[in-house]
Amino acid sequence: MDKVYYLDNNATTKTDPEVVKAMLPYFSDNYFNPSGVYSAAQDARKDVENARATAAKFLNADPKEIIFTSGGTESDNMAVKGAAYANTDKGRHIITTKIEHHAIINTCKYLEKHGWEVTYLPVDKYGIVDMEELKKAIRKDTVLISVMFANNEIGTIQPIEEIGKIARENNVYFHTDAVQAAGKVKLDVKKLNVDMMSLSAHKFHGPKGVGIFYLKKGVRIHSLSQGGHHENNRRAGTENVPGIIGMAKACEIASAHLDDAPDMARIKALRDRLEKGIIEKIPEVIVNGHPDKRMDNTSNVSIRYIEGEGMLIHMDFEGICASSGSACTSGSLDPSHVLLAIGLDHGTAHGSIRFSLSKYTTDEDVNKVLEVLPPAVVKLRSMSPFWKEKNK
Amino acid sequence: MKYSDKVMERFKNTKNMGRIENADGIGKVGNAKCGDVMWIYIKVENDIITECKFETFGCVAAIATSSLATDLVIGKTMKEALEITNKNIVEMLDGLPPEKLHCSVLAEDGIKRAIEDYNRRKQGLSPLPEKEEDDHEHEHDHDNEKV
Ligand SMILES: Cc1ncc(COP(=O)(O)O)c(C=O)c1O
Repeated sequence: MDKVYYLDNNATTKTDPEVVKAMLPYFSDNYFNPSGVYSAAQDARKDVENARATAAKFLNADPKEIIFTSGGTESDNMAVKGAAYANTDKGRHIITTKIEHHAIINTCKYLEKHGWEVTYLPVDKYGIVDMEELKKAIRKDTVLISVMFANNEIGTIQPIEEIGKIARENNVYFHTDAVQAAGKVKLDVKKLNVDMMSLSAHKFHGPKGVGIFYLKKGVRIHSLSQGGHHENNRRAGTENVPGIIGMAKACEIASAHLDDAPDMARIKALRDRLEKGIIEKIPEVIVNGHPDKRMDNTSNVSIRYIEGEGMLIHMDFEGICASSGSACTSGSLDPSHVLLAIGLDHGTAHGSIRFSLSKYTTDEDVNKVLEVLPPAVVKLRSMSPFWKEKNK
Repeated sequence: MKYSDKVMERFKNTKNMGRIENADGIGKVGNAKCGDVMWIYIKVENDIITECKFETFGCVAAIATSSLATDLVIGKTMKEALEITNKNIVEMLDGLPPEKLHCSVLAEDGIKRAIEDYNRRKQGLSPLPEKEEDDHEHEHDHDNEKV
């Protein structure tokens, strides 16, 4: 493979080599099913339970509150459908936001087809949910509030602790999709007042296809699949042992990384330099998301009067990996629901691109974008009718 | 890569992009809402299209199809140019992803509208207004999945 300049870490991250190393034995020598009674299997059980303790520590939770899943999507489904099905005696109303990941939005849409009512809270131009709107939306029959911690497209961070407090006061379960926050900000389920939380290992340098569902003790949910007694009857199916071991390693590494302020500051400085460079070199750029309540690794910019896919492909010619809120990159014709929710018009939303950094991002990556993107924009604008009209 | 080499080549080395300031006919098609707008410009001499350029706001497929369409009509008579279909364009690009086929329809439309505009002007009528494409012409059944 040719050299890549990887700036799409909100899509997935490079698996840390230490994680790979930790996983490898579980594909070869330690392949045993942790449910077995023989000692080899019991060793695997011990390793899985140690991983659970590590994951619990990562979130300041109890190991009994940790359920291993296949990733963010499954955890989100578990929270929304699980809480919905288990609490019909209370009601069939769910509150979420307009900017959730599709793992939440489409699960809510599914429930709407099956007799539930869902309120999708609007957000302001920065992507932040209004607390008054939230309070107003709570009803007697509300069984769940689900608000994401950090948005995957624009990086905006919600006031989770405050939302959790409101949910508690109103006796409503609160779930947060913290997939984009894990490994980038410290997560403390107690401090955040959450009842449920979703995490996905591949977003913080762990393996793909494995995640965490935090379920606070006493919170009532139904399990989504029926089968064996795994995961305390919450999630049937033989454990993904190598994945779980790898994820625990990723939690350990991320904890150290979070404690290392210069490491985090470096990512933010790189992101800021990238953003500043884009604004300096390219006219008519809008930065999306909240100026400071935003993930330090995420930059989403709308390059006005052109469409995102062309920019992505020009960057791809040079090995740069980024993503876009444009419809064209997704197979849909509507641009990102998140960008529309923060009030961008369709044209501007179509011209949005996202750069997301990680601990592996280097100065060279940022320089490459600043070298390649501006001339690509000049070319695309030179053939854009809107650019010409604007400059008439 | 979801696009053929021919599409990529067209996109990379884009021909005929830009505006013809004193065009004899202009075809404006598309809809910014759906992310694709094409403006096609033609110059005509003795019933032959001598020059053709485009301005496109849109994805890689929109840019590649408009560039190819403009190339195809240069040197052709009006009648010949009107015979070009989106199918020709798609075939010459070695195909397009299904959700991008509408771009080729847009390119065909753009050419047809530029010629219609030229004919109107020749008869002393006002230029054709912009054609706003109906949203419903597209399939909206794909969800916009983001990671
Ligand atoms: C905010 C958010 N939630 C959920 C998911 C889904 O996670 P997974 O890919 O592990 O299913 C993602 C990423 O794809 C995400 O960014």
